[in-house]
Amino acid sequence: MSEKKLKPEELAGDINYEPKQRVWLNPAVEFKHGVYNYSGIPKNVEYLELPNPRKWQPTDPDWQLPENWKQIILEGLRDRLNRFRTLKLYMDICVRCGACADKCHFFLGSGDPKNMPVLRAELLRSVYRNDFTLAGKLFGKFSGSRELTIDVVKEWFYYFFQCTQCRRCSVFCPYGIDTAEITILVRELLNLIGINIDWIITPVANSFRTGNHLGIQPHGFKDSIEFAVDELESLTGIKVDAPINKKGAEILFIAPSADYFGTPHYFTLLGYLALFHEIGLDYTWSSYASEGGNFGSFISHDLMKSLNAKMYAEAKRLGVKWILGGECGHMWRVINQYMDTLNGPADFLEEPVSPITGTKFENTKSTKMVHICEFTADLIKNNKIQLDKNRNNHQRITFHDSCNPARALGLIEEPRYIIKNACNYFFEMPENTIKEQTFCCGSGAGLGTDENLEMRMRGGLPRANAVKFVKEKNGVNFLVCICAIDKATLPPLMDYWVGGVDVGGVHELVGNALIMKGEKERTTDLRGDPLAE
Amino acid sequence: MNILFSLVAVFVLIIAAMFGTGTLKLDFLFGIIIPYAAFATFIVGIIGQVIKWARSPVPFHIPTVAGQQKSLPWIKSSKLESPSSTLGVIGRMLLEILFFRSLFRNTKAEIKNGPKLAYGSSKYLWLGAIVFHWSFLIIVLRHFRLFMEPIPSFVIALQNLDGFFQVGLPVLFITDALISIALLFLIFRRIFDSKIRYISLASDYFPLFLILSIAVTGILMRYFDKVDIIKVKELAIGLFTFHPAVPAGIGVLFFIHLFLVSVLIVYIPFSKLLHMPGIFLSPTRNLANNSRMKRHVNPWNRPVRVHTYEEYEDEFRDKMKAAGLPLDKE
Repeated sequence: MSEKKLKPEELAGDINYEPKQRVWLNPAVEFKHGVYNYSGIPKNVEYLELPNPRKWQPTDPDWQLPENWKQIILEGLRDRLNRFRTLKLYMDICVRCGACADKCHFFLGSGDPKNMPVLRAELLRSVYRNDFTLAGKLFGKFSGSRELTIDVVKEWFYYFFQCTQCRRCSVFCPYGIDTAEITILVRELLNLIGINIDWIITPVANSFRTGNHLGIQPHGFKDSIEFAVDELESLTGIKVDAPINKKGAEILFIAPSADYFGTPHYFTLLGYLALFHEIGLDYTWSSYASEGGNFGSFISHDLMKSLNAKMYAEAKRLGVKWILGGECGHMWRVINQYMDTLNGPADFLEEPVSPITGTKFENTKSTKMVHICEFTADLIKNNKIQLDKNRNNHQRITFHDSCNPARALGLIEEPRYIIKNACNYFFEMPENTIKEQTFCCGSGAGLGTDENLEMRMRGGLPRANAVKFVKEKNGVNFLVCICAIDKATLPPLMDYWVGGVDVGGVHELVGNALIMKGEKERTTDLRGDPLAE
Repeated sequence: MNILFSLVAVFVLIIAAMFGTGTLKLDFLFGIIIPYAAFATFIVGIIGQVIKWARSPVPFHIPTVAGQQKSLPWIKSSKLESPSSTLGVIGRMLLEILFFRSLFRNTKAEIKNGPKLAYGSSKYLWLGAIVFHWSFLIIVLRHFRLFMEPIPSFVIALQNLDGFFQVGLPVLFITDALISIALLFLIFRRIFDSKIRYISLASDYFPLFLILSIAVTGILMRYFDKVDIIKVKELAIGLFTFHPAVPAGIGVLFFIHLFLVSVLIVYIPFSKLLHMPGIFLSPTRNLANNSRMKRHVNPWNRPVRVHTYEEYEDEFRDKMKAAGLPLDKE
């Protein structure tokens, strides 16, 4: 899209939910600029010891696959069918009722029928039927089977990297078929023959080496945190303490790296720092585990485990009692649904108790990691912090439920409770677009690159449209969320489809409203924008 | 093409039964051998499939939750949509299996100029599905009056309920009408909704046509071209009690009906109709939302390469030292 920038009207104009072709079995994809991601660079593929590092691009006619690529994929599929009941079951039981069809944001934004979740899964099912079922062997094409060919592989690459693993379809599926599970496993299969994308491979390699996706080395990490401390001082007049790698602290705090290196994430970081200072929390950051997010989880269970291992390892090394986690989406899916299984049991940690309120976080007693929204909501409920809602009066706020906190945790009321206590003007988007039915930003699961911008704008259309609705109805000008990918990708999405809506975090609102002992009179918010009269 | 293929397939089955019993008089084959073989295949097939699924472990705890988690005591959790206890999971599964909870959520999206997306509630699919499945279940249970003597009281109660309106003679069973309407709706939906037609395979049309043919032959036998119900019951009880015998003169229509039923039950374990046992095993629905409370164990959890803190410090020691960060090894 950078070459030929489509206007919003043009982009929306070609969306048609009526499929043009009648048969989907023939693989056909065209890698147009703006709708696909570039391949992983060989250096980082090699660094991660992944198969088949080479220079290639999806637009190349020859993808330089290993000679026995087909055998590798089919064996990989067999292996995964044996290891994942989900996969086996979801290959067999879909009835193609179509309930999921118009639930996917990529379908809603593109009208491409292969973006219907059912069809996305059928791209794999057709091969499964062909090679693993009796019906496929007996009835061939009539059972919806097809042979695995290079073109099928290309189609997989195209469509399984047009899924953000948001799991909205799974909420509507009568059997709970989880497209995210299928997407992750197909990406694993593609990885076996060296097909991957750089927006995932490079962050994973960075995170493996330096502890965070951006590749920030320990001294750089320290600089960023210190810079934020100085900035907060100039805004509030208070110099806060932000310890790093401090042994014996009570709590290890882990946030997504974008919080200390990206905007508008940065204002959320200021919010955390102000809050932790105000309640006198004995905590530490870690430069080794300086990433909450886990791009490995987008393509492989092994890479997910490998990156996630740092959290418990660092908690153990520093001797903390428990772990607190910042605002991030897929990070929380990994922590909530995978971490304990992959890298637990965390028997060297204690069951989390808030040192400020004494509240036991019973729901985290095994994993021993608490979400910052759970932590802060408890502080507010127990009157441990004072919030001046009026300091957010210049903002008319709506909340975007990030996919994973909503559909993997059910973290729905905690952020809302915080928001309602931190501002006066809060408006919900329509019911079908929030909570468990929330729409993805369109850029999750490793698809948030600029080369993929057209597809991102398409995938983000349903979310943007709901924001536009409350903008027009309630004058909303501030979109709050608890996910680092959201914070990075919603601003361009808002600019493209809506206009005049800024994006920020829940703890940015908290930071704005937080009354700190000894602070100077606040005339601006954490962004330096003037407060309302 | 898929539609035609399925239609022809069902047609061939009907002709086969007609020819087999009407012309070739293979009553023993169609009345005893095929039903027994079909039933055996069904049982073995279903058990085999469930074992096949069960042999693969559930490595991760991945429920898709649709409501508030149980966290702080003063936040009301959604016990059925996001259950944290086994009881809640049972409740969620019951809602799903008996009332198709997730399908009930269904919406229909439309895009208008602007662009403007609108989502309307769309319960037709849910209605069609629930009417079909419940009618089917009641009809199957009603058939037990043919297998058992004396007729179990629940079957009589069901039959009375089903014939509640007392229309016609023999009394019209509501489920006979409902299942036909629901099946026609499900077929038309597949054919006339372009999105659904696009995703539909022959294996989606075939069971619909097959079950519709079963329903139609059943209805014909009851209301129009009546069969000798005494003889049918004789055959059914014979099959049920393993003393099979085919009474003479039952009529071809009955054999078509029985043959199509036999085909259906053979088809179930090898097709998407496996969703019936499959729903019970779906990890996104049958796991509690308690993954941070209770550790889920993955039987194949395997070691991976990790970058340890020691390796990290070794690589960055000088920079860490210069920045004044604490070190494990000086």
